[in-house]
Amino acid sequence: MPSTPSSSTPAVEIRGLSKSFGPVRALDGLDLTVRPGEVAGFLGPNGAGKSTTIRILLGLLRADAGTARLFGGDVWRDAVALHRRLAYVPGDVSLWPNLTGGEAIDLLTRLRGGADKARTAELLERFELDPTKKARTYSKGNRQKVALVAALASRADLLVLDEPTSGLDPLMEAVFTEYVRQAKAEGVSVLLSSHILSEVEKVCDTVTIIRNGVAVESGTLDSLRHLTRSSVTAVVTGDPTAVASAEGVHDLVATPADGGTRLTFDVDDARIGAVLRLLGELEVHSLSAAPPSLEDLFMRHYGDVVEADAR
Amino acid sequence: MTADTLAGTGRLVRFMLRRDRVRLSVWIGSLLLLYVYFIVALGSLYRTQEERQTRAALMETPASVIMAGPGYGLDNYTTGAILANEMVLWMIAGLAIMSMSEVVRNTRAEEESGRAELVRAGAVGRHAPAVAALLTVVIANVVFALLSALLLILAGDLAVADSFAVAAGTSLSALVFAAVAVVACQVTEHSRGASGLGLAALGLAVLVRGIGDLQERHGSTLSWFSPIAWTQQMRSYVDLRTWPMALSVGAVVLLLVLGASLASRRDFGAGLTGVAPGRAEASPLLRSPLALAWRQQRTGLFWWFGGFSAMFVASGTYLGDGIEQTLETMAEQNPAVFEMFGTGDLADSFTAILLVFGGVFAAGYGVSAALRAKTEEAEGRTEVMLALPVSRTRWLAAQLTVAVLGATFLMMVGVAFALWRGAVTAGAEADLGHFLGAGAAYVPGLLVVLGLAAALYAWAPRATPVLWALIAFMGVSGMFGSLLDLPDAVLGISPFWWSGMVPLEKVEAAPLVVLSALAVALFAAAFAGFRRRDVPR
Ligand SMILES: Nc1ncnc2c1ncn2[C@@H]1O[C@H](COP(=O)(O)OP(=O)(O)OP(=O)(O)O)[C@@H](O)[C@H]1O
Ligand SMILES: [Mg+2]
Repeated sequence: MPSTPSSSTPAVEIRGLSKSFGPVRALDGLDLTVRPGEVAGFLGPNGAGKSTTIRILLGLLRADAGTARLFGGDVWRDAVALHRRLAYVPGDVSLWPNLTGGEAIDLLTRLRGGADKARTAELLERFELDPTKKARTYSKGNRQKVALVAALASRADLLVLDEPTSGLDPLMEAVFTEYVRQAKAEGVSVLLSSHILSEVEKVCDTVTIIRNGVAVESGTLDSLRHLTRSSVTAVVTGDPTAVASAEGVHDLVATPADGGTRLTFDVDDARIGAVLRLLGELEVHSLSAAPPSLEDLFMRHYGDVVEADAR
Repeated sequence: MTADTLAGTGRLVRFMLRRDRVRLSVWIGSLLLLYVYFIVALGSLYRTQEERQTRAALMETPASVIMAGPGYGLDNYTTGAILANEMVLWMIAGLAIMSMSEVVRNTRAEEESGRAELVRAGAVGRHAPAVAALLTVVIANVVFALLSALLLILAGDLAVADSFAVAAGTSLSALVFAAVAVVACQVTEHSRGASGLGLAALGLAVLVRGIGDLQERHGSTLSWFSPIAWTQQMRSYVDLRTWPMALSVGAVVLLLVLGASLASRRDFGAGLTGVAPGRAEASPLLRSPLALAWRQQRTGLFWWFGGFSAMFVASGTYLGDGIEQTLETMAEQNPAVFEMFGTGDLADSFTAILLVFGGVFAAGYGVSAALRAKTEEAEGRTEVMLALPVSRTRWLAAQLTVAVLGATFLMMVGVAFALWRGAVTAGAEADLGHFLGAGAAYVPGLLVVLGLAAALYAWAPRATPVLWALIAFMGVSGMFGSLLDLPDAVLGISPFWWSGMVPLEKVEAAPLVVLSALAVALFAAAFAGFRRRDVPR
């Protein structure tokens, strides 16, 4: 049995997790922690190992090495007991074709220990889902909604969501975000794998970026932003060679513009002061600097994958 | 059908042939091997014409008529006549199943899975997938016809014209069923339903010609309603006539016209009838993996049961007056054979053969029901269930319970009880206990097959197609095993061999106990394996 929950036992604790499928090494020493009440974003390019990690957490796949614990319990041995406390939404929801959406939701919530009818009805209304349709006639987005409603309707201590909004329209995505915030307010822990950065930025406290089965970044959103670059656009009249060769400046593009040269480049946040001083000597007509976004962070890691593959 | 709706057909044919090259080769190879084996065994078992005449006498019994043909050439039962009379039915059945599954697999199943959407979105016309699937099947059947004709001529030393005719007729009859499958794929939106309809048509065709041939030597008018008769009635190797082949060609054309008109009347992915909305809330009973598995499979079981009942009640009627009539004619025509069988033995041998076949069909149902677990896993639904507080044991037990109880129910009620019902309807004084007892003797063998299905699913899911080979072997050995003098070591591959041809042979406790123990061990292995492995794998 899992140990009794205490406020300090992490909801999810993964250490050195490895998993191979034949020659494919899907996970290679992954670390990941979700503290109680925390909403953790889980990012990474296609095939990085996100779904594999989640399947190990659910006791579906057996890890080759490392430990994976939910609420302090062993994910493989204590699977059934642990599953009473969590709800899972898979990335590609496949439903029983001859059941209606409403029947599937009832079945799923009943097996999880029951849900209150009013809340289910509220969720159905908010997600604009018709529960009388046979599952095989649902669109992808609507299948996703069935799984979401079933997961949100039953009160769980942990939500495990694998790309839960794939296929949802922006309006429904907003509804989803709202429910995740509500869950967080109620103290529910959330593990959210996603490719949608704005969604992660909106709801997540911490972010883990995984690549080739290892965590390459992890921490709070704010702490990660320090590692990023800002993108700068400036129109100057002077000769920009000095800026181009300055330390910390990347991907500089110079194009002719009215009355001078338009420069666009990325700059490491640590070097931004020095670079601004260099710009000052070039008669700046206009200047804009975009704040570092998660997207930039993400692109850097995704870009590395492309480079690594090219090598 | 304009050229536009057929765009991309050639590419699709190449793709299908490539994808299914192993599958088709195994089917064709196995059927050819059956021919070779039959020719070799006939040569060694029946050396003289007298010996062949004793086999001809055997072919007059109702069980043989049902399982063989209309009996052309029984007066002078040459090797060619034997092949045409006894093998054509099975070759057509084999080719028909190959052809129908190929059609369903490449059309309705693809549409159902959504993969066809990708294909159709490319430069591929509306009718292209169905036409391509049909062309693929035509190619496979032509290959079979050529090879089997050569084989009959070279290995069997048989007449050239008759060999080509019987080979062509066999393939054409099989193509009629391929065309039936094309229509079935338009009528129902599930590949399972389409396969079921096709198999039902095949079963009906076997039954119709069986009853027709029993009514009258060389077939009655009823026989001619079966596409199988259109090859059997060619009188190959006896007094060849080729025109019945035209019936097959005509039927294929008619069915394809029907299929095309149905196809243009429906939407992509849909059947002919729309889908009505269902209930917004689940019934209070739907709250366990078992309830879910039952809900998933009950419709299928219902249809299987309907098919079984129809087939075995009809067959059972021949245990009534039919038997006595046949006995009388037989006594007149051939007193020697009459002495070979006592009255009771004859009824029991017929019952035993029907029970073996019922058992093979029930095993077929059971395996397909047990392998639903594999579909559930591949579709990602098992994952959803196991992420709930549902243990692996509980989930697997739910799937297997439905398969085991369903198969046992089919064996006992759909086969044994139905035979009794048919016999009583036809005026026989049959004892229900006798039939149920005999049917029960096949259940342990049935459970061994299901246990093997479960164990393979748990330990080596990719190896599950082996089960269909086993079931085909059980059917073939049940039919030809004793006639062809297969060694016990080979016959023993079929679990039914161990329990014996009940009720013709006496029930023995020991083999039943051993089979049951083996079944239990296999199921235990299945649960142990499934608890340890990755899902999905
Ligand atoms: N059952 C399996 N057999 C073989 N390889 C697998 C299996 N499951 C996953 N993989 C491989 O493991 C790697 C990680 O896959 P995973 O599904 O975890 O990626 P992901 O991060 O979820 O990707 P995505 O963002 O596309 O969902 C991939 O290279 C994938 O091909
Ligand atoms: Mg994934």
